Amino acid sequence: MVDRRHLLALIPVPFLVLAQAELLASVIGGGTGFSLLCLVIGVRVLVWWVHREWAHRAAERTRVRLREAFLRSPGTKAGEVATLVTRGVQDVTPYVVGYLPMRVLAVAVPLAVVIRLAFADLAAALTVLVTLPLIPIFGALVGAHTRERTARQWAALATLGGHFLDVVKGIGTLRAFGRAEAQSTAVRALAARHMTETMSALRVAFLSAFVLELVATMSVALVAVPVGLRLLDGGVPLHTALLVLFLAPEAFLPLRAAGAQYHASAQGREVLAKVPVPAGRTGQAPPDPAHAEIVFDDVSVRSLKHFSLRIEPGERIALVGPSGAGKSTILGLLLGFVQPDEGRVLVGGVDLREVDRAAWLESLAWVPQRPTLVPATLSSGERQQVALAKALDRRHAGLFLLDEPTAHLDAGTESLVLRAARELIRGRTAVIVAHRPALLAEVDRVVAV
Amino acid sequence: MRLAILVGTLAELAGVGLTATATWLVLRAAEHPPLQALTVAVVAVRALALAKGALRYLERLTSHRAVLGEAVELRGRVYDDLTRREHVPSGTALTRIVTNVDQHLDAKLRTTLPWITAALVGAVVVACSGFSLPLVAGLLVNAGLLPLLAVRAPRDLTPLRAKLTEQTAELVHSKEELIAYGLFDDRLAAAAGTAKALSRRERGRDLTPLAIAVQFGAALLMLAQDEPAWLVMAAIAAFEITVPLAATTRPAPEPADEPGPGHVPDLPQLRGRTAIVGPSGSGKTTLLNALARRLEPSKGALADAHVFHTTVRANVLLAKPGATQEELDRAAAITELDLDWDLVVGERGEEISGGQRQRLVLTRSVLAHPEVLLLDEPTEGLDPGQADRVLEQVLDDCRGTALVVTHREEQLALFDHVRHRGPVGHEDVGRVG
Repeated sequence: MVDRRHLLALIPVPFLVLAQAELLASVIGGGTGFSLLCLVIGVRVLVWWVHREWAHRAAERTRVRLREAFLRSPGTKAGEVATLVTRGVQDVTPYVVGYLPMRVLAVAVPLAVVIRLAFADLAAALTVLVTLPLIPIFGALVGAHTRERTARQWAALATLGGHFLDVVKGIGTLRAFGRAEAQSTAVRALAARHMTETMSALRVAFLSAFVLELVATMSVALVAVPVGLRLLDGGVPLHTALLVLFLAPEAFLPLRAAGAQYHASAQGREVLAKVPVPAGRTGQAPPDPAHAEIVFDDVSVRSLKHFSLRIEPGERIALVGPSGAGKSTILGLLLGFVQPDEGRVLVGGVDLREVDRAAWLESLAWVPQRPTLVPATLSSGERQQVALAKALDRRHAGLFLLDEPTAHLDAGTESLVLRAARELIRGRTAVIVAHRPALLAEVDRVVAV
Repeated sequence: MRLAILVGTLAELAGVGLTATATWLVLRAAEHPPLQALTVAVVAVRALALAKGALRYLERLTSHRAVLGEAVELRGRVYDDLTRREHVPSGTALTRIVTNVDQHLDAKLRTTLPWITAALVGAVVVACSGFSLPLVAGLLVNAGLLPLLAVRAPRDLTPLRAKLTEQTAELVHSKEELIAYGLFDDRLAAAAGTAKALSRRERGRDLTPLAIAVQFGAALLMLAQDEPAWLVMAAIAAFEITVPLAATTRPAPEPADEPGPGHVPDLPQLRGRTAIVGPSGSGKTTLLNALARRLEPSKGALADAHVFHTTVRANVLLAKPGATQEELDRAAAITELDLDWDLVVGERGEEISGGQRQRLVLTRSVLAHPEVLLLDEPTEGLDPGQADRVLEQVLDDCRGTALVVTHREEQLALFDHVRHRGPVGHEDVGRVG
């Protein structure tokens, strides 16, 4: 999902770091190599420019792929998906441009530095080699020690953080009941609690960053002071001392940057964790519902418990029952949008889960209870009319499913629904969720759910 | 905020000082002075190394505390402003207002604070250098010009985002219908096209390589001018702080203004129990909303149907915070609300069914017991038997004046008046019973 091609541009970086330190030590030590230093720095800028250019392209490609993935299996919560595809996906940019390259450099550069130091000054190389692993080790220790505590705190934080949006979204309701002003103190109190909780979580979370920073600076002190003292005794030449001084921090620099980028890309990693697994389902060709028997075999899902029903080809069935009993769920099962937790739905002896969904949907006509697939300006009654017109277009369909609307119908629309339904169910298998008695006269059998 | 800036500047200065002192130490040692000449530098290197780590930790804590503290105040102010506005903004505008608040605070932490710190550290190093020209010029470019160029004129992506939001909402809400009618793939391709255009335009201006060029260009110039090595190294360290500023991005705040409702319909006289009926789209809801705005909150409570992410009890108690359990139970009996009082309803009431949600909202109105009861399709989502029964119980309980939008002709017998809202302005008032 994530495009990583830009990481290739980083290959020269460890070599350039070594060359730059070498030349800088030479120039500052009073030696030659100024023009070569200029050249190396020029190349370093160029490499960095190419890398960033590629990185932004990689981030763009990643955003495109993520957006497509989210749109392709869009889940159930429109608000959440809309936020993800518009703004959320943008959060992967710091991950691709910032964190990934630093993660590569955090391995490659220290490796190059330690190897070079080993040839220059073994004591310095060993100091860096011993202190470097302290960072991940301490980080892991701090993390393990505080994981449970922080997990609890973050859960509390998520609730508190969502509170402001919830209250703002409900401002209309609060005003209607004259409660808006009274909530003003609650908003501040909860934000204050959010602050306290966050700070106590951060005090722990930043400990690992503290360790990282401390180890990095202390190791510079641990390298610089002894090398300076040995230089005083004439134990090492100036060039080596300067090289050690300039190289030691370079070993820690990408690690620190990776740590910082890890925090900055937290939201991006969260977004990546939400990428849905593509459901590449192709099933067998469905039987023609006009000639196949439909069987609900001991189905349990949502509010339906152990529901069994046999529908003969050409039979017209009305489902009745109180709201929430699972009538719409039965239609969802027939459409394949709802999967049974237990039991099976068989069409002509074939489990509906095994059937190619697109082909199955082709062979039926469906009018949902609350049609949404029309421009938003239409009122609900008008939407119902449009949905019916769409269903009427599908005269070839062998199975007709109607979820009769419970409300929102004026007399004109209602009589239209009735007329259309009568027309649609004539001579084919039909399952109707009926709320009004008028349609019951049109069916062969009434099933109470 | 000032404390965060101070601690942050000190932390960065400790880092710059560490580099400078260590370089000075090594070069001085090369001159083979007596050991005492290095003692101060040795202590300074160790102290600065420790101080940098500790100060950095403190800086992160103080900066987050400062911004979170500001969040308390800012959220409170934004909320108070919303309670005073004449019209309640739409759901989209409200979400945008919250997003803008969050972005403002995030920008403070990630953009403003690092910028101020870098500028202050730069100023100190410049002063220490005795105003070295390459250093001054380089810092002006890196801390002034490049961040300015990087954030300049953010593109307004709102229209593209709005389009994608709309397409996404359709893909989610109407997924089943789209698949059933074989339209899903076409709509998906259209949305993917919008997504691609959006991704392309989001590419910010990243001037990091330029900042690095300035960093080392200035250092090379200082070397060529025979500035002392410790100063050159201090300059490189100070520039290091300015490099991230060249990739500064500032998201444009999303427009949250919208025009208020324009046409206000003629408001009916309020007497007795009135049903408002009429074909779909004839403005019944608009009428009710206009009426709710004109009445004092205590007089007429129209339940704008937001269900808060809290318990059923807290959701209902909104209408009358001091209500006793008896009053609650009585209201619930009237609306046949069969939910556990301590059940948490989930975000936007997702954990309860549509019918339960509707009855919860209705229970609020019953508990509020306003002088004028305003209800917009109060029994939608309930099965017909229950719908008629509940409405009758609610109307029996009300204080005499009620305005109810309904579609069910079976319910009209419950009212004193029926007001038809015709499609083309004509309006009949009928009397029932």
